[in-house]
Amino acid sequence: MQKSATLSPALPPKAKTRSFSYKGFLPFLIPVLVVVIWQLSSSMGWLSSNILPSPWAVLQDGITLTKTGELPKNMSISLYRATLGLIIGGGLGLILGFLNGMSNTARLLFDSSIQMVRNIPHLALIPLIIIWLGINESAKISLVAIGTMFPVYINTFNGIRNVDPDLIEMGKSYDMSNRQLFQKIIFPAALPQVLVGVRYALGVMWTTLIVAETISANSGIGYMSTNAEDFVDMETVILCIVIYAILGKISDLVAKSFETLFLDWQTLGRSGK
Amino acid sequence: MADTKPEITIDHIGKDYGELTALSDVSFNIEPGEFLAMVGMSGGGKSTLLRMIANLETPTRGQVLFNHQTREESQVVIRMMFQEDRLLPWMTVLDNLSFKSHDTTQQAEAKKLLHLVGLDDYAQHFPNQLSGGQKQRVALARALMSHPQVLLLDEPLGALDALTRRKMQDLILHICEQQELTTVLVTHDVNEAARMADRIVVMKHETNYAEFTGPADRHDAGQVGVVAENVLAAILHDKEELNA
Ligand SMILES: Nc1ncnc2c1ncn2[C@@H]1O[C@H](COP(=O)(O)OP(=O)(O)OP(=O)(O)O)[C@@H](O)[C@H]1O
Ligand SMILES: [Mg+2]
Repeated sequence: MQKSATLSPALPPKAKTRSFSYKGFLPFLIPVLVVVIWQLSSSMGWLSSNILPSPWAVLQDGITLTKTGELPKNMSISLYRATLGLIIGGGLGLILGFLNGMSNTARLLFDSSIQMVRNIPHLALIPLIIIWLGINESAKISLVAIGTMFPVYINTFNGIRNVDPDLIEMGKSYDMSNRQLFQKIIFPAALPQVLVGVRYALGVMWTTLIVAETISANSGIGYMSTNAEDFVDMETVILCIVIYAILGKISDLVAKSFETLFLDWQTLGRSGK
Repeated sequence: MADTKPEITIDHIGKDYGELTALSDVSFNIEPGEFLAMVGMSGGGKSTLLRMIANLETPTRGQVLFNHQTREESQVVIRMMFQEDRLLPWMTVLDNLSFKSHDTTQQAEAKKLLHLVGLDDYAQHFPNQLSGGQKQRVALARALMSHPQVLLLDEPLGALDALTRRKMQDLILHICEQQELTTVLVTHDVNEAARMADRIVVMKHETNYAEFTGPADRHDAGQVGVVAENVLAAILHDKEELNA
């Protein structure tokens, strides 16, 4: 997909920068306000550090743990589990979704079984998985994989089933081969829905991992948090929560950037020509 | 024999959808290079017949022949233009024309056709940046890729305003004449049919009910009007009613 040189925005540059900086600032307003009020309350002594330590204390705790290497180590092991789980689960969901979306035989064979299994909350499988796999890496990675597979599967499957049949008929009337139909019509038409599934799966990925690491692990952010809880180390508990928030936000940004990368044609038209 | 203009024989075609008979028994010929219009009430089976000519639907009965051969034997290139533009929104206008392959001859061909429909400047635009009339011109250009011999038009101008519509009619007539296409146009507009076609077939009672020859001079509004009135009367009234 090429972008056109003639698509420069119609707005004069001045008005554009102004509206951009204003819009760019708004999303940060509430988080910044919360942190400022939080810090003020702590500094003024309204908030006991046993209940909620100040942001500054949390930050210092973060710096100390980074220096000792504990934080980077646990963060990278969590990231590793999350990514690998997502790749396995998302990959399986994608393959099954495409297969069942394209082939009626595959759909009849797999879909109703998948729909049945899907209704089991995957976190309910934790005891079973611990019994089978222990508390090693494969247990946590499998849980993340199971959790992320379903949203990707459902959305890929629906994305393909809902491709406009008129477009497929058009492709056929142009003597397109099945492969061309898939590459040029079915896949791009299903992609927005597939990406919705991926974005949803990213959320499930973190939730699953936190729960799994909290219940059974000897490393990772979830473990760090449970461990700190045992020592009533409030700074680290809060630090872990903040890290989850940041990781969640980053994965959402990654998903969004996929959308802008692959789906630029959707937004282009709205600005109008 | 892909280069000669094909004669299309519609040979006792019928189509059932379960209990419903969309077409019972339709037979007529379309001469090589002819511009034929098909009119009739909504639900009269016009699109169904067009889609069977395009091989997008299998007839329940009968067959469609091209120069007395089946579609596969004759290797005739048939292109269809639909009522909706059916452009691929994720591709630029140029890619919508050359989506089957990206080789340079295809690209050159696509650019030539965009010029023909007057959209040189829009090659890199996406479909949703175009107006309805521009989209239909892209769809027309796309239908002309890979040198078709038969052009099937299923109400392609229905959604356009009167002026754009008139311009598109002239563009289509010009192209069909220049490229010596065998053309079938389905339309709800009897005036459009009378103005554009060499021959007009009225679809009614699940078959080809009546036939009219186009005006001798399509630029003569009077002649066009007379033909249009006759066609309309055939659509609305049965022969017995007219005689009574
Ligand atoms: N895929 C299908 N399945 C079942 N019935 C169909 C199908 N396609 C068409 N029909 C029926 O066949 C009949 C003829 O439909 P068709 O679309 O050919 O009419 P038409 O003359 O093109 O009408 P219009 O002018 O409204 O486009 C209608 O009664 C329609 O409901
Ligand atoms: Mg129709």
